Amino acid sequence: MLKLINFAHSEIFMIGTFAALFTMHGLGIDHAIGGFALVGALLLCALAAAAASGGAAVVLERVAYRPLRKRGASRLAALISAIGASFFLQEVFALRYGRDTLSFPRILSKTVLFHIGDGAVRTDKVLVVVAALVMMFVLDRFVAATRLGRGIRATAQDPETAVLMGVNIDRVVMLTFLLGGIMAGGGALMYGVLLEQTRFDVGFVLGIKAFTAAVLGGIGNLRGALVGGFALGLIEAYGSSVWGTQWKDVIAFVVLVVVLMFRPTGILGEALERARA
Amino acid sequence: MAGVLVDPYCLAVIEARRSARMNGTRLRVVAVAAVMATVVAACGGGSSKSSSSGSSGSAIKIGFFGALTGSNSPQLGINIRNGEKLAMDQYNKTAKTKVTLVPYDSQGDPAQAPQLAQKAISDKVVAVIGPAFSGESKAADPIFEQGQIPNLSASATNAKLQLNGWKYFHRLLANDDKQGPADADYISKKLAAKKVAVIDDASEYGKGLGDVVRSKLGSAVTVNDSVDPKAAAGNYSSTVNKVNAGKVDAVFYGGYYQDAGPLLKQLRDGQFKGAFVSGDGSLDQKLIDEAGTTAAEGAYITCACLLAGASSDPAAQQFTKDYKASSGADPGTYSAEAYDGTNAVLKAIAAGNTTAQTINQFLTTVDFKGITKEIKFDPQGEVQGGAIYMYQVKDGKLALLGDVNTLI
Amino acid sequence: MNRLQIPDVRGSLSRSWERLPRWGRFAVYVLLLVGAVLLPADSIGRIMAPESDWKSILFFPIGVYVLLAVGLNIVVGEAGLLDLGYVAFFAIGGYAMALLGTEQGWSFWVILPTAIAMAAVAGVILGAPTLRLRGDYLAIVTLGFGEIIRITANNSNWMGGPRGIAGIPHPPNVGHVSQLQYGVIDPKPYYYLVLALLVIVIVVVQRLKHSRVGRAWMAIREDEDAAELMGVPTFKFKLWAFAIGASIGGAGGVMFASKVIAITPSNFPFILSVLILAAVVMGGSGNIAGVILGAFLVAWLPERFRGFADYRVLVFGGALVVLMIFRPQGLLPSRQRAEEMTEGQGGMGSMGAETAAET
Repeated sequence: MLKLINFAHSEIFMIGTFAALFTMHGLGIDHAIGGFALVGALLLCALAAAAASGGAAVVLERVAYRPLRKRGASRLAALISAIGASFFLQEVFALRYGRDTLSFPRILSKTVLFHIGDGAVRTDKVLVVVAALVMMFVLDRFVAATRLGRGIRATAQDPETAVLMGVNIDRVVMLTFLLGGIMAGGGALMYGVLLEQTRFDVGFVLGIKAFTAAVLGGIGNLRGALVGGFALGLIEAYGSSVWGTQWKDVIAFVVLVVVLMFRPTGILGEALERARA
Repeated sequence: MAGVLVDPYCLAVIEARRSARMNGTRLRVVAVAAVMATVVAACGGGSSKSSSSGSSGSAIKIGFFGALTGSNSPQLGINIRNGEKLAMDQYNKTAKTKVTLVPYDSQGDPAQAPQLAQKAISDKVVAVIGPAFSGESKAADPIFEQGQIPNLSASATNAKLQLNGWKYFHRLLANDDKQGPADADYISKKLAAKKVAVIDDASEYGKGLGDVVRSKLGSAVTVNDSVDPKAAAGNYSSTVNKVNAGKVDAVFYGGYYQDAGPLLKQLRDGQFKGAFVSGDGSLDQKLIDEAGTTAAEGAYITCACLLAGASSDPAAQQFTKDYKASSGADPGTYSAEAYDGTNAVLKAIAAGNTTAQTINQFLTTVDFKGITKEIKFDPQGEVQGGAIYMYQVKDGKLALLGDVNTLI
Repeated sequence: MNRLQIPDVRGSLSRSWERLPRWGRFAVYVLLLVGAVLLPADSIGRIMAPESDWKSILFFPIGVYVLLAVGLNIVVGEAGLLDLGYVAFFAIGGYAMALLGTEQGWSFWVILPTAIAMAAVAGVILGAPTLRLRGDYLAIVTLGFGEIIRITANNSNWMGGPRGIAGIPHPPNVGHVSQLQYGVIDPKPYYYLVLALLVIVIVVVQRLKHSRVGRAWMAIREDEDAAELMGVPTFKFKLWAFAIGASIGGAGGVMFASKVIAITPSNFPFILSVLILAAVVMGGSGNIAGVILGAFLVAWLPERFRGFADYRVLVFGGALVVLMIFRPQGLLPSRQRAEEMTEGQGGMGSMGAETAAET
């Protein structure tokens, strides 16, 4: 999310959760499994979710973004187009699979490993944290070290120069969407394993949260997004235990405003701005 | 405006489409859109024609007001509409003056309620079953009151609605001021819980019910939380932590089944071993589907409504059979109440009352044995002697334990 | 190439519009107003809203949405600031009417200016710390503000919590004209009220647009840095845009609450901000006629096609995408905006290759 709110990113995520769910159904999983079967099933689900989300992201880019880019439409038009696509995708799933919550089968038994203070450390939570860290690390390396990664960064910093330097913008944009979609798919599987449910509108709030985290950390900065995500999670957890869960979003947004007042480009946003100047 | 604005043909088509969907025949989106486009076009043309002809229609119109689409539509809409429809179909078999059902799909949105209430008045319906939600009731009921349309809600349990001095307002079940204390008594007396967590969904209904339980339980409530399910996005971990940290014996949840299911599941996953109690919004088989049979087992749910399928009463069983034949599904929450309410209106019509005002007059004296209870309204429009029933999840099904008062 | 054709099609229309003498334009305005006054007629209603009550929906959602869109257009269309929490000001107006009306017993005509002032102050409070932010940063902060207002209302007992506030008084009756008797049943008086307010707002906004303030907004929209360098106090004028936009939103809230008797926080969801923004953009941000058309369509189409029930949102979403692809500048774009577009880099940033950075 470097330069534009992709409203439909929530729906990319939602599609990933559904893909993971159907893969589990397809594999006939209805109880917790272990060992190699578990690893295999999770990998298969991850593959399906990433493929579905990545594919959806590419299609979305093709249908709702690229034609606008070709016409030189304003970013506002792109925002509205994304909102339209978001409504459309949500409704497709709502009409096809109903508006009620769908449950995931339990694939991973939720065994408590050990306690830290009052908090229980559970297998599924450990898995999710480890998987998230691995994904972040891989993405970070990918953007930093590969040719495509350089293309993405170059385009983000200065599109016109990037074109002059021989970067194929269409390809870079498409691959960036694909990458974002794959990440969303991975996240979708984690969500499915952890909370074992999904719904047509599951992505909506998470999308806003993700966007908040990205802004908090500093748009256009992967490590910033990571820091922002962590900070947002901590603020919300702290806020809900002190003032009650109903106030957590208020607290999160107030902190966001305060942070942006002092650091208008987010916690880690400055480096990028300096690079641009 | 004496016209038949929604003509019967269109209704029939819409009904057909709905029932087709409920039977599980999933039409492709595009196909349905195309069909609907022609229907809407036909209805648009047809309605203006029939209004200009000025016929007030040979059938008497009874409205339905609630959510037929949107996220709460299965419980607070389709269940009720099907109960109403069954009563009217049975009546039409023998009656000379037929009755027709006119649906007003509010999607449970109070912002849409005023124009639909207004529409019902200009359609000249003689009575309305609904509004289904308390929120939309507040917006629509004043309009029905001024428009002098008797309205009978089978589900809006907000405890303030009856205090407005409305003459046309009726409801077919006890309100939250009865349900909340029944929940609290059951938790403190029957379950003998010393420490209770009360959680609500920050909605008008959920927080309202939760607050009644809180005030009745008093100091026994050691953990409080209010979680907007939309903001939680399915993650109740901070609530689960609070409940576990408070080491409570029981959790009461004020909210709807879509959210109660995931919460219950996560509570059980988080090693919570105490009792789980909830109110009528959670009374749906889907709660069990969503929480999973293991997690849901033993959960207590109260409702001012009678789930006809869980009752052993012969009349209720007959109703269950008829309902299943007519709509292809078991009667859900509020179906039986809607059936009783419609029958109250039909009794008025059968007695020769064909205008909204005379029907309303008749309702002040109506007194008959319905499926759920004796149908008799007090001057505020509340049904008299509405009981609170306790249900429990047993072997993955909702089982009726009985009237809460007799259980304690 | 389509992009170039659009200003042309419009061009001939607007050229003939410019050739009209002053009285001619005035006559068109009067005709439009007469049309608006006759709009609630039953015969029109049967075509426009066979499945709903036309007179009711003329007030809400149509009238109120149009008012809100005209207000949001100042922020988005004139000053080029992306506001995703406009519903906050609508809510402030609504709650001001509800609280002052029920608890203090104030009359509608006293509350209206009070609420407008309150919403403007809220706009300044939100704007002062945040208007230095740009683009997405501003968008997320405004979105947060909208949510803060709704959540606060939902969790504060003095604002009625999730139950909201009931028993909101209506505006007082004016004389004995039936069009001005504000009751429960007849929505027509409310429609005329919102129409009158709308006319006033449009006149004021159009005057502003062609004043120093309007030119400053245009400069900010096109290139904020350049404007600042040329000596335009950009912050001050952005704050003005926010405050004026907010006050119109507040007025809309008062109107809405005075009709509906009861309001709850669920009347002010985030999605309403999005709908109004969509109305502004799809109509043609910066052009008042376009914005009105956009808001009208967004409000009216779902009511007109009630028969579609479940499929309405699906169709709406698809239509937004298609519309943005074929008319990215809106149905009736502002001519000035169209010129900015062809230049490539507008103030909101041309999408250009920037989307590349999307992840």
